[in-house]
Amino acid sequence: MKILASYNIKGGVGKTATAVNIAHLAARDGLRVLLWDLDPQAATSFLLRVRPRVKGGGAALIKGSRELDAAIKGTDFERLDLLPADFTYRNLDLILDTTKKPTQRLARLLRPLAAEYDLVVLDCPPGISLLSESVLHAADVLLVPLIPTTLSVRTLDQLSEFISGFDGQRPKVLAFCSMIDRRKRLHREIAEQLPAERPDVAQTVIPALSLIERMSVERAPVTAFAPRSTAARQYAALWAEVAERAL
Amino acid sequence: MLTGDDGRSSVDVVRAGLAPRFSLAASGRSRTLRQTWLDTFDWRLYQAGFSLEHRIASGLNDYLLTDGHGELLTVSASSVRWPALADALPPGPLRDRLAGLAWVRAILPVARATSTVRQLRVLNDDLKTIALLTFTQLEVPGPDAAPPQARLSVTAIRGYQAQTGRIIRELTETAGLAPATCSALETALAAAGRRPGDYTGKIDVQLTAAMPARRAVTRVLLQLADTLQANVPGTVRDTDTEFLHDLRVAVRRTRSALKLCGDVLTAGTQQRYTGEFKWLGDITTPVRDLDVYLLGYDESAAGLLAATAAELAPFHAHLFHQREIERAALVRVLRSRRFAGLISAWRSDLAGQAAARRGPAAGQLAAERIHRAYRRVVGPGARIGPGSPPESLHDLRKRCKELRYLLEFFASLYDPVIHRQAVRDLKGLQDCLGEYQDCQVQLHELRMFASQMRTDRRVPATALLAMGELAGQIAQREQQARDEFAGRFADFASAANEQRFQALTAGARA
Repeated sequence: MKILASYNIKGGVGKTATAVNIAHLAARDGLRVLLWDLDPQAATSFLLRVRPRVKGGGAALIKGSRELDAAIKGTDFERLDLLPADFTYRNLDLILDTTKKPTQRLARLLRPLAAEYDLVVLDCPPGISLLSESVLHAADVLLVPLIPTTLSVRTLDQLSEFISGFDGQRPKVLAFCSMIDRRKRLHREIAEQLPAERPDVAQTVIPALSLIERMSVERAPVTAFAPRSTAARQYAALWAEVAERAL
Repeated sequence: MLTGDDGRSSVDVVRAGLAPRFSLAASGRSRTLRQTWLDTFDWRLYQAGFSLEHRIASGLNDYLLTDGHGELLTVSASSVRWPALADALPPGPLRDRLAGLAWVRAILPVARATSTVRQLRVLNDDLKTIALLTFTQLEVPGPDAAPPQARLSVTAIRGYQAQTGRIIRELTETAGLAPATCSALETALAAAGRRPGDYTGKIDVQLTAAMPARRAVTRVLLQLADTLQANVPGTVRDTDTEFLHDLRVAVRRTRSALKLCGDVLTAGTQQRYTGEFKWLGDITTPVRDLDVYLLGYDESAAGLLAATAAELAPFHAHLFHQREIERAALVRVLRSRRFAGLISAWRSDLAGQAAARRGPAAGQLAAERIHRAYRRVVGPGARIGPGSPPESLHDLRKRCKELRYLLEFFASLYDPVIHRQAVRDLKGLQDCLGEYQDCQVQLHELRMFASQMRTDRRVPATALLAMGELAGQIAQREQQARDEFAGRFADFASAANEQRFQALTAGARA
């Protein structure tokens, strides 16, 4: 079982759309996929029409009084399951802080699911916190959506530096340019330069497309409701690149 | 699985029954499915609560193994020719599970049907799929086929079991559907004039203590004749080794019934058939002995210490070759006029057993014969000591078998609890005596095989050495069985068991 986290310190960069579409494509390719919506805003759960509620809340899951297995919901897509968000996830940092080895906690909780799933996709809330640290320790791959601005690139450097300080296993970082606006010169330039200059940036870019925003209206992955669209094709290319380079 | 009052369940009825809480959405187009259910000849999957189904549709060629809780294992496989052992399927969890359930028995088709399947999704008010409804229109081939049956199955999406429970309640309470009383397999079998579990190698006759003994014995013998005949095609085709085993057991039981109770049949019956069934029993022995060797071969080879499995391989080839020769002879007999004549005359004689004017009742006969058989085990058994010759144990083994068969013939006359306990201790003794006898036979045969193989110059000396080690293994098992005998016999001859046998025979008399 591989663990892939869609993560960025910054918010509003396309983490949820990435997590949902990548998870859907992986399941369509035959992998058994679990998508965990760790963000209390519950956008992933909303997109997959699952009510954002976990019995006992985040505390029950993190402390182990409720097995992750019991909280999993089947989605409308074959082989794709969801562990929904819960509003109590806003306190996950505090809950983690009360456990032993909090940074290892997420990896430990996911271990029993190894026989059941080939891939776990974590949709993470923005910020850098104890929860994100636990995610970084659990993940095999960090998929980092980057808005092509100088500040975003700086954030990626901060993240890579932070991970390089880890003992033992470190996740492979793969960033990609997200929400590219072709009308903006800076976007175009950075989107061309970054993949050429940095090995941790994918060749595939995800443009800013209204169809991706439409996911919240359709409440489904764009790869499901518009599989032949540019958006779906770009996500498929991204998934292929992730699978080849990082998994 | 649900069906409507009129045997049909339509989408409209279901839609109306689920509204307004739930709505329905289509899930793909309807498709035609060819279904074949498979099991072993003795229904091992069914008896263990499992069902194996082969489904063929456009783009689908799957085997599904389900248990009573709906747990599901699947594997895709095409071009498997059944009957075959479980290892004809591709490796994986389904094959592993199936191999454990089927043991050494072949899997074979037991029923066929064609279904039109349409799937719908049940949505909640978020328009999220929470369950799948599968409408199946089952058409069963055959002259007695019932009109197509509409069936509806409800499958919960993970995490929505509670809501699925509500859907089923709505369908049964509001839409008027009822839980199906028989499975699709049972429907398909019924059309073929069969029912699941319709073959068992065990004796399954219902007798009463008051019925005339002749009628009771005839009923037992007729069931044994059915079992014998049911196993002939599988033995001739060599579908698996257990057809011959069950055929042999039916012959042995028939011989015992003739010997121990044949005097209640019309005059001359016992004398006419005793020799013929001995002939039939004897001609089945060589193949079965070789089967026993071959079935235990892997384990024996794995237990070698000095020799290697590769060195023993010529022995395997020899056993295989001998089996082919012996099997050809057996098949000739089973296709012979003599065999056909025996079965037909035997059935006709059993059917013509006139009601006896005088004679014991079944309960009286059972009590008397079981009592006598019991005494013939405990008396000679008590006289066996460490120095007794092997023949005394062989004789005792035969007497035990006779007692066991009598207990099986008349089982329906007795309290099942006491009967089960009596059989349990007897079985313990039989297992020990059986192991001792099998080891002796195997040692004798091993020497014979070694002599046969020595004449073939291509057989290397290492093969004969490996067989020598095998002989050592068997001799050890033989000694172990001999050492265990005293304890097993003491258990059987205990005062508690004697009381059990007294209660058993007294119970039948009452």
